[in-house]
Amino acid sequence: MARTRNFYLIPYVAWIVLFVAAPIILIAYYSFFDVEGEFTLGNYAKFFTPIYLRMTLYSFWYAFLITVFSLLVAYPTALILTKLKHKQLWLLLIILPSWINLLLKAYAFIGLFGKYGLVNAVFETVGIGNRQLLFNDFSFVFVSVYIFIPFMILPIYNSLEELNPALIDASRDLGASAWTTFRRVIFPLTLDGVKAGCQAVFIPSLSLFMITRLIAGNRVITLGTAIEQHFLVTQDWGMGATIAVFLIIAMAVIMFMTGIGKRGALRG
Amino acid sequence: MRSVDRRWRWSNLYLAAVFVVLYAPIAYLIVYSFNSGGTMQGFEGFTLEWYAEVLQDTRLLIIVLNTIIIALLSALVSTILGTIGALAIYEVKRRSRKNALLSLNNVLIVSPDVIIGASFLILFTIIGIRLGFVSVLLSHIAFSVPIVVLMVLPKLQEMRTSMLDAARDLGANAWQVLTRVVVPYMKPGIFAGFFMALTYSLDDFAVTFFVTGNGFSTLSVEIYSRARQGISLSINALSTLLFLFTVALVIGYYFINRRNARPAEGGERR
Repeated sequence: MARTRNFYLIPYVAWIVLFVAAPIILIAYYSFFDVEGEFTLGNYAKFFTPIYLRMTLYSFWYAFLITVFSLLVAYPTALILTKLKHKQLWLLLIILPSWINLLLKAYAFIGLFGKYGLVNAVFETVGIGNRQLLFNDFSFVFVSVYIFIPFMILPIYNSLEELNPALIDASRDLGASAWTTFRRVIFPLTLDGVKAGCQAVFIPSLSLFMITRLIAGNRVITLGTAIEQHFLVTQDWGMGATIAVFLIIAMAVIMFMTGIGKRGALRG
Repeated sequence: MRSVDRRWRWSNLYLAAVFVVLYAPIAYLIVYSFNSGGTMQGFEGFTLEWYAEVLQDTRLLIIVLNTIIIALLSALVSTILGTIGALAIYEVKRRSRKNALLSLNNVLIVSPDVIIGASFLILFTIIGIRLGFVSVLLSHIAFSVPIVVLMVLPKLQEMRTSMLDAARDLGANAWQVLTRVVVPYMKPGIFAGFFMALTYSLDDFAVTFFVTGNGFSTLSVEIYSRARQGISLSINALSTLLFLFTVALVIGYYFINRRNARPAEGGERR
């Protein structure tokens, strides 16, 4: 087989060139042009003005919050799931909502969080009173966490499943408390899953423009919202591309930091 | 003993809470799809009029049909391309080159949808492809290929090379080795890849939203534009129907997976 040419490469590399390499190059290229099609560095200058920097900062802050809350909810859930009898079935039930169109779930929250929706009805009977739940950053973070939780649970669950139970027994036999066992044994050994989960949540949550539009009523502007705005509303592709360049850089940095584990990526 | 018991109860309570939150919005949508009141607050009475509205909405039905055609076509083409891609990566022997290909493969999986959408929009505009059916189909194919590769490649790597040698020793030519040995071995991966591509296509909103243009629409885009106009219970009825469809798909996927898992357990790993 050593001498035969690898003909499979032709269509596959064509796909890579056309749909992986070319789009990234085009984004970078367009970031140097203004609305009139003149070459400029103005987009980059504009990106470093307080307006865009603040937006970027907020976008990262929201993504951070979403990731942290998802992790806080997902880790215990994954831990409990691994101890259940029919865990495969339960896991499937956890994943099932993620197969339902994201927009429908966001739409459901418009009803749930509405002025006379279910949550406010519960609040009134409990005595908290009617609250403005929609169109603020709380609803944005809540709905985003809701949407991403299955993607956080899945990799953590997988790494917990791979954990050798003998290690936990050993730790307990050697006198470690349940908390110490978790902190010193379970958590470090499932760090790969946590990283994969954080990666699966953080990067997409930088670009959730549809949730900001539907739930947060333009009160929250993320990098994704800005890109969508520039490309589809104001038609300033150059500025949109510039923001996209920074988003790509951010993505690369995050992947480098969480160590794009080949194992983590392949597990998908 | 009692403390263990109590902790167990707490954990069940926690899990129950997670499940309630996960399913509450879906249940809410479904319940109100039967509300005669016309809003998602205050259930007035049982009605099926929203379902009737959905089924009489020819524009919506055409969009559903578009979505299904796009999903099936893109899944089919990307499964073929992805399988070829997996074979290509498998055949590359040098480790560094293999890893480079794999990294390039994964770029579209980890990229945010907005970036994919925006860059494809530029690409199609430059090549001169009119936004509409073709651009949506091409982008769905493009972002489904890497998933298929990741589904098929592990199957290839599980395959023992001795089987290929045996086939060749027995006089099979390259084509026969491929169709009689390699493809049957990849089959579970190919099916799983097709299924994933199908769901990715059905589920996609952001990329489609960028490259769809004016005349053409898929279900996600349509739901978005209707939801932006506010609440209309025909969306609820539609989502109930979609939910049932999704459950059916998941059950199908579950069984495909179970069938795949069994032979893999018996097989020897390299």
